[in-house]
Amino acid sequence: MSKIPNSLRTGPDARGHFGEFGGRYVAETLMPLLLQLETAYQDARKDPEFARELGDLLTHYVGRESPLYFAPRLTAHFGGAKIYLKREDLNHTGAHKINNCLGQILLARRMGKTRIIAETGAGQHGVATATVAARFGLPCTVYMGEVDIARQKPNVFRMNLLGAEVRSVTSGSRTLKDATNEALRDWVANVDDTFYIIGSVVGPHPYPMLVRDFQAVIGEEARAQMLAQEKKLPDLVVACVGGGSNAIGMFHPFLDDASVEIHGVEASGEGVDTDRHAATISRGSPGVLHGTRSYLLQDKDGQVIEAHSISAGLDYPGIGPEHSWLKDMGRVQYFSATDKEALDAFMLLSKLEGIIPALESAHALAHLARIAPKMGKDKAIAVCLSGRGDKDIFSVAEKLGRTI
Amino acid sequence: MSRIKARFDALKAANRAAFIPFISAGDPDAATSAALLESLPGAGADLIELGMPFTDPMADGPAVQASSLRALKSGATMASTFDMVRGFRSKDIATPVILMGYFNPVHAWGAAKFAADAAAAGVDGLIIVDLPPEEDETLRTAANKAGIDMIRLVTPTTDAARLGKVLNGASGFLYYVSVAGVTGTKSFTESDVRDALTRIRAASSLPVAVGFGIRTPEQAGSIAKFADAVVVGSAIVALAEAVGPAQLVAKTGELCRALAGSTHDARNDKVRA
Repeated sequence: MSKIPNSLRTGPDARGHFGEFGGRYVAETLMPLLLQLETAYQDARKDPEFARELGDLLTHYVGRESPLYFAPRLTAHFGGAKIYLKREDLNHTGAHKINNCLGQILLARRMGKTRIIAETGAGQHGVATATVAARFGLPCTVYMGEVDIARQKPNVFRMNLLGAEVRSVTSGSRTLKDATNEALRDWVANVDDTFYIIGSVVGPHPYPMLVRDFQAVIGEEARAQMLAQEKKLPDLVVACVGGGSNAIGMFHPFLDDASVEIHGVEASGEGVDTDRHAATISRGSPGVLHGTRSYLLQDKDGQVIEAHSISAGLDYPGIGPEHSWLKDMGRVQYFSATDKEALDAFMLLSKLEGIIPALESAHALAHLARIAPKMGKDKAIAVCLSGRGDKDIFSVAEKLGRTI
Repeated sequence: MSRIKARFDALKAANRAAFIPFISAGDPDAATSAALLESLPGAGADLIELGMPFTDPMADGPAVQASSLRALKSGATMASTFDMVRGFRSKDIATPVILMGYFNPVHAWGAAKFAADAAAAGVDGLIIVDLPPEEDETLRTAANKAGIDMIRLVTPTTDAARLGKVLNGASGFLYYVSVAGVTGTKSFTESDVRDALTRIRAASSLPVAVGFGIRTPEQAGSIAKFADAVVVGSAIVALAEAVGPAQLVAKTGELCRALAGSTHDARNDKVRA
């Protein structure tokens, strides 16, 4: 069991470990690059010019800060706690992913890298990466599973419009896990000129740390906005968790606020008791994949089990190591929502608030149905609405038996 | 003396480089794979790398990926890999067997128990591709205790500052990855590999094997002139895609004899002339 330190915001340690999780489980070829990346990031953190440039882009290119929106009809529908939505869906490119991509591409430029690669599941990270690569004039290759390409065609076309090459990955389950394998293989073969922009708080150290830091703007804003609007901190903070980047960004600034309860919501697909889910924390066990030790969906022989979710962005058998650490020490509680619950929440928010949420974010909203009615009307919940649902209309229509 | 040291000492005395073929345990099926393993010493193998199949072999190219997945599909497990080594050891007590693979299956078995069970089965060394020196302490300690060598990887990106870290705790031999890339895709440049081995030998007295990107007898011969061992994997495991299980042992034997021949004769002036 991890010991609870005075602050939960100081991790990871010098070796990139969050308690017994995290680390750098990569081939030796990549180790020197990770060490260089860590040094470059530590330098950038101390450089006011880096912060200024990133801040400027977040304001004028992304459109930050994003609103913390009080959702009156959703609140009335559940009849309990006041519900606030952190509107990451309003960011340029339609999700939180761009916050991280801008931070990483500025690092890539500092390191003199001239080529960008990325993996993508739903395509949101791929679009965000292709966007920043276009903005800075760098060639970009995005690895995407064949299955995801089929269910996220609009995002594939967006990436192409932005000048990126989308490479279809046909190995394994042909989803995010395998796209990540291929991106790692590309990186190991192109170490001199290539920067790998990882899209979530996964992978080897220092990625889980730096992606978290670039996403923490979500929670920092939400915390200040809630204090301004409600004159108090939220009683509960909620976010969906695949790899967990919007969640850790939302949660991190609240970790040391003991009065704030924090819930992460995983995708349980067709149900945690079926073999088609992505509930890594609920049904996984500690293991090593893609360079980090964390909870993992695996069989007793340590073979990785393919995840399933209606939402391509949550369809990943691992989870960020910091989440595993926060879970084990009990600071964050993890729940799950099924495909069906997420679909219902997708429709509900669209109809009640005029906001079409991403299917990923709909998992966080689905959790509200269980928890908001039980909380008093004097309570406040801040939910991260990590992305917009335009990209999902085709797969939702298919689920509903409609053709568009 | 360990089997690995005994084998490299004998080869050094004969002024020959070692030939090390790689196969995946259980590919294409348990029986064929066991027969294949037993046939390798007769086909010129001085040491053998036996792959532990994994669903996500992120440092491997298409040939080894396919091999690993074929093995898993045919039901390979860590237990069946140990069985295979035990079976081999009952017939061959001299040829070193190195288990090569990824950390998660080892982690799932339990690192300390894994080292003990591997030693009991007759394994001589471990190459865990995604376990750099920074993360290998638990397994290394257990392996040392069990009398198994932890074979470390040195790569084209391993700079002078890092080489010391990689060498500290290495035993058995060193594995030089001849190209920055995944297995079986790129080709090395002989002079680059030569320069790298000069740097490594200045810092370590362990034998140095070279692998990744060696496919043909000619390439094996060019490396064997100056390396202590030549590793070939992708070209060998790719045979299972081309021929059925019935011909696999014979076809693999043919290829291995050619690779071993040029490896063993590389420093022989009469052959070179």
